[in-house]
Amino acid sequence: MQKESAIREPLILGHKTYKDITDDVVRPIVGPASLGWKIMITISSIVALYGIGSILYLISTGIGVWGLNKTVGWAWDITNFVWWVGIGHAGTLISAVLLLFRQKWRMAINRSAEAMTIFAVIMAAVFPGIHMGRIWLAYYVFPLPNQFGSLWVNFNSPLLWDVFAISTYFSVSLVFWYVGLIPDFATIRDRVTKPFAKKMYGIMSFGWSGRAKHWNRFEELSLVLAGIATPLVFSVHSIVSMDFATSVIPGWHTTIFPPYFVSGAVFSGFAMVQTLLLVMRKAYKLEDYIHVKHVEYMNIVIIVTGSIVGVAYLTELFISWYSGVEYESYAFINRFSGPYKAAYWTMMTCNVISPQLFWFKKIRRSLVATFILSIVVNIGMWFERYVIIVTSLHRDYLPSSWGEFIPTATDVGIFIGTLGIFLTLFLAFTRFFPVLALNELKTILKSSGESYKNEQVK
Amino acid sequence: MKKVFHVMYDDDEKLLVAARELVSKGIHVNEVYSPFPIHGIDPVIGIKRTRLAITSFMYAMSGLSLAVFFMWYTMISDWPMNIGGKPSFSLLENLPAFIPVSFEFSVFCAAHGMVITYLLRNGTLPGMPATNPDPRTTDDKFVMEITTDTNSMNAQDLESEIKKTDIFELSIKDLKES
Repeated sequence: MQKESAIREPLILGHKTYKDITDDVVRPIVGPASLGWKIMITISSIVALYGIGSILYLISTGIGVWGLNKTVGWAWDITNFVWWVGIGHAGTLISAVLLLFRQKWRMAINRSAEAMTIFAVIMAAVFPGIHMGRIWLAYYVFPLPNQFGSLWVNFNSPLLWDVFAISTYFSVSLVFWYVGLIPDFATIRDRVTKPFAKKMYGIMSFGWSGRAKHWNRFEELSLVLAGIATPLVFSVHSIVSMDFATSVIPGWHTTIFPPYFVSGAVFSGFAMVQTLLLVMRKAYKLEDYIHVKHVEYMNIVIIVTGSIVGVAYLTELFISWYSGVEYESYAFINRFSGPYKAAYWTMMTCNVISPQLFWFKKIRRSLVATFILSIVVNIGMWFERYVIIVTSLHRDYLPSSWGEFIPTATDVGIFIGTLGIFLTLFLAFTRFFPVLALNELKTILKSSGESYKNEQVK
Repeated sequence: MKKVFHVMYDDDEKLLVAARELVSKGIHVNEVYSPFPIHGIDPVIGIKRTRLAITSFMYAMSGLSLAVFFMWYTMISDWPMNIGGKPSFSLLENLPAFIPVSFEFSVFCAAHGMVITYLLRNGTLPGMPATNPDPRTTDDKFVMEITTDTNSMNAQDLESEIKKTDIFELSIKDLKES
């Protein structure tokens, strides 16, 4: 068995046995839904319905109901897309990269983080879809043989790379997540007593029986999937950033974009994981599994990636001045002193200054401070995308075509609506799915469980 | 009558120790059912390392060749287009722009091909019946399956050998002819 230093903080608190882990994770699934859950899912579904209504209004009326104009042809839609894709980066990073680095603390959070990833990517995919205007022609993005001459898609375009990147990322994350869920569904299947639930979990567990050979394959599969998902995570947001970086718009045309976007994505993804998990651990009484040490580890990731983002902001400013290109330097001067300066300074405060508070151990280990700062980071990251997209577009090369973007109620409705859909999906997940990778957690109980560690010290 | 022994242990290490002991006495362990992977059990009961990773590499290579061939066919052979003067006259010239899609498609094929192979080889597919001998093996119990037809010992000897290990529960059933 693997031994771990006794000085390291235990990852599973309390005197747990294997059975306790099963009980703690399965309890919320077999028990009745709590009142808090019912209230939350009602509110989030109402918001989701409002969002769906806004989307239907948009599709039936046309893109004109957004605040876009001929100068600013991309605004909240792509801002929301990039924001959601960014949030969707934490899950696979946690389960893939941290698996390769053998970080045991990932096991408490990977399941829900991956679920969050999948729902966030679904939300992201909504925006390019509805942005097309005629969504019924969305299949044009795929290279299908057709009757319009040999009209193939353009493989030189980063927008098409994005189609491949997002669909690969979504489907690979989904199977990675599901393969890990199969053994846990089997545990629930063997636990529940209601016939309908037993039948459903039976179907979803694919007849998993925990044979030694199957576990042997399972471990190999997880490792290889982690190995190929790691470059995938980095490629996805790099490609998203190339949507901008390969254009000739000042403020977008920068080589720093791929690494800067990837670290921003991890930054916002971890912030969203913190926001959701801090509530979830309390609501489902999982404080022994997701405790202060886990939160601290995640805050360390936030401070590292947040600092990279900060350096990237400053580098952009410096290069725009140092390059001596008038258009380039104007784009950045306009960012921090033009009509959108409030958005710029919100972004700077939320993303660069506030996460630095995590250098203090007290703040890093405080759950309340973490919860507040995680929301601040997500607000900041939304503004980052807004600033990059709108401020770069609204001052055209021709002053006669300068314009401004003002969001309409439909813009706001769709954005709020995706938050509602996302939360509804996440709440449904916490009710019916095992929110912790319970069988994986059992493998670290003896090396990182509190009672086993105490015995080691003796 | 052929018998099947389901030997239950309440700890993964107890099972591992017991398996080593029984195997050293020449007893063949058919199968082990556990809620999580028991590290170190595979060589003891004679399970070889899976070749799944090799299949994944082969799927990735097929994906890569398919993607490159398809992009060459659409962009260069079938209908070359002048898009912003970007090079589109030979595969080599255009290759840098094809890297992202080639990579994504290789990953796509590697991941999905491997998962499908894994599910098929395991025989775990939607709606398949569970075959673990006891529902507790997905919770906190560990079961070893030993049958008389794969062992030269008779049922009584096997039983007494098994009982020497640190067992939690033992169930003996008649082996169904399949």
